[in-house]
Amino acid sequence: MTESSTPAPRTVLDVRGLTVQLPEGADRRYAVEDVSLTVGAGEIVCIVGESGSGKSVTAFTVMGLLPKQQLKPVAGQILFEGDDLLTKAPAELRAMRGERLSMIFQEPMTALNPVMTVGDQIGEVLDIHTSLDRGEREQRVLEIMDLVRLPDPKAMLNAYPHQLSGGQRQRIMIACALVLDPALLIADEPTTALDVTTQAQILKLIKEMQERRGTGVLFITHDFGVVADIADRVVVMQRGHVVESGTADEILRRPTHPYTRMLIGSVPSLHPPAREPLHHAQVALETRGLGKTYGGGGFFRKDRTVKAATDVNLVVRKGETLGIVGESGSGKSTVARCVVRLIDPTEGEIYLHDAEVAKLSASLLRKHRKRVQIVFQDPYRSLNPRQTVGESIVEGPMNFGVSRADALAKARELMNLVGLEPDAVDRYPHQFSGGQRQRICIARALAMEPDVLIADEAVSALDVSVQAQVLELLDDVRKKFNLAVLFITHDLRVAAQICDRIMVMHKGKVVEEGSTAEVFANPREDYTKALFDAAPGRGYQFGGVQAAE
Amino acid sequence: MTDQTTSAGSRRLSGPWSLLAGHPIGIVGAIVLIVVVLAAVLAPLLWTSDPIALNPVNRLKHPSELFWLGTDMYGRDVWSRVVYGARVSLTVGVSAAALSVVLGLVIGMVAGYFRWLDGVVMRVMDGLMAIPGILLAIALVSLSGASIVTVIIAITIPEIPRVVRLVRSVVLSVREEPYVEAAISVATPVTKILRKHILPNTIPPLIVQATYVCASAMLTESFLSFLGAGTPPEVPSWGNMMAEGRLFFPLAPWIVLFPGVALAMTILAVNVLGDALRDKLDPKLARRL
Repeated sequence: MTESSTPAPRTVLDVRGLTVQLPEGADRRYAVEDVSLTVGAGEIVCIVGESGSGKSVTAFTVMGLLPKQQLKPVAGQILFEGDDLLTKAPAELRAMRGERLSMIFQEPMTALNPVMTVGDQIGEVLDIHTSLDRGEREQRVLEIMDLVRLPDPKAMLNAYPHQLSGGQRQRIMIACALVLDPALLIADEPTTALDVTTQAQILKLIKEMQERRGTGVLFITHDFGVVADIADRVVVMQRGHVVESGTADEILRRPTHPYTRMLIGSVPSLHPPAREPLHHAQVALETRGLGKTYGGGGFFRKDRTVKAATDVNLVVRKGETLGIVGESGSGKSTVARCVVRLIDPTEGEIYLHDAEVAKLSASLLRKHRKRVQIVFQDPYRSLNPRQTVGESIVEGPMNFGVSRADALAKARELMNLVGLEPDAVDRYPHQFSGGQRQRICIARALAMEPDVLIADEAVSALDVSVQAQVLELLDDVRKKFNLAVLFITHDLRVAAQICDRIMVMHKGKVVEEGSTAEVFANPREDYTKALFDAAPGRGYQFGGVQAAE
Repeated sequence: MTDQTTSAGSRRLSGPWSLLAGHPIGIVGAIVLIVVVLAAVLAPLLWTSDPIALNPVNRLKHPSELFWLGTDMYGRDVWSRVVYGARVSLTVGVSAAALSVVLGLVIGMVAGYFRWLDGVVMRVMDGLMAIPGILLAIALVSLSGASIVTVIIAITIPEIPRVVRLVRSVVLSVREEPYVEAAISVATPVTKILRKHILPNTIPPLIVQATYVCASAMLTESFLSFLGAGTPPEVPSWGNMMAEGRLFFPLAPWIVLFPGVALAMTILAVNVLGDALRDKLDPKLARRL
């Protein structure tokens, strides 16, 4: 399988025909079936797949971390440096974990112990596997912290996880994983919870550590951009099977399996398509000097204040999509929530056509609620699980006096419009997939016949192939109803594809705005440039399967 | 998709018993409780003689065919009195649970949803929690005389803050859910949001909480009756039976023993049932309480 020009490196991990059984009553019999892959020393192998592909199950099986009652490996071998891990006793495995093979997880906050200093947590790994005295131990901890580029390791030794940033916490995790120089590092979506600029740094760090120490890395991800940046070889999984594997270049530039081609084809390109400017369309939404400050009103003492957003001026015309891009904490969601009046802005004005709604009381605001609708990020929490989806869709129109029968007829029509069976109005949310739920949320928003639609990270939680379809739907309804769309996202690729204009936010302020093509071609501000540089997989032109020049 | 539909449907159909499936101790608790409830409801059919009629001729008789559980120092039949006592205990337990849950639910929803009321309401609740239930009961009884209603009120008041805290914590987390925000953004009135989107989430933990309130209310009632500050002496309750009988314990231990066993069994059954429901309805609650 290895067709790289360099001779094949020593194999660290060799998974052969691994099959893991699911408990009865699951949607399929095996979580993974007949999975084979190898990881060589000093090599990064990415397992890519959508949710439910079995990529994490594979990783957890190698680590011996499967919940024993539910998931049982029933066939195959996991050869780690020649030994079959599946036949090892739990005590033997425990001794190997941490020392010979180690793992980093997606969410560094939950993977670290919140009541232990980070120095002690790294030290604990050493305590379990070595018999160093205190001085040596601290020395090793400081060395590894320095190596993962944590600023001022001496001071940070006594910090608790909550005192660190997300990126720093992930560095601590990596330090824990690498302090004993394992032969294999398993990384399960280690950068998914991080901002792009942090992600770029962590990816660089993993690559650097792996090169320097000759560690084999099994890297689980759903993001082809990350694959492009980091992988030597790629294994593509779908519903528990390996559908294709090969070198990164082969898979990314010349995928052969239709599923791989579809996946790579669904990754939005970083190059925005040409769009007609809409200077003369009617303005549907405008904010002037919009700001939101949290805290402040302490009764006995002055509270600390946080400026979540300051002086945001935006204009969205009918039929236009304005994107707000930024990292977490940039204030982009605050702006969206102020516009919908889920939170009350502390400064500035919001105009819906000509009506100013920023300071309206709840009762006066009521009739304006119709005009702005929002689609949220998490499809699993945006619908009340206890009522049918039809019930959720008709709720809004019925609040405005539409009869139940009329509202239901409309709901069925809208279900059809968003690509679902009209009869599905009688089902409950748990009977739909994430992408289908997001369609239902769009139908619910459209039921109000709004002028402005806000999509707050509406496609961020979806798999890339589903994401592409929901984006298409959003664009279709924008055209069909001539909607003004405010599209909040952290994903530059998505923004490039759907937005006419974009605004870049950083620390509550708008740092740059302009037409999408213009901003992507010539970012003016340093922050925008840094953000674009950090976007994973810049070198590859996804979307079309063809290679970039 | 179809098999998901059917499994969800069957869970809805098979009713409360499915909640206890796979929890044998919970089922035992439920059965014991059903027996106690039946005894209370059917008490007039079950008692062998008038539970309050004095009959000095038969005083301090051993358990026998005629007097199944013996008689007390005034010749009253212990079996009849124990059966009658179930009525008092269950009335107090169920009423206190229902009252504190209903009042606590309303107050908790208001405190959790309207942030500006939260501070005031919760400080009042803290104040209520600081009142010892027994002292409040004794004070109320000395003010308004001993009666079952007084006992219920005295037990309910200190339980309310616990329910309020529970409901408030659920409301606080649910009101941040996107589906509640979606309801706000389609201009759904606050009362409807509370009723349709938030209230259903509070029910599972409340059912569990209600069983605990019920058990502790029955215990408190017995305790108060034992002290003479609870159910009036002419009404047979497990608590005052034990109080009256304790002087004769060396002579006639059955006067204390049988109401004591009845009380212990009932409370154990309610608690076990509560635990079983908690495990089924809300595994996380185990750690929260």
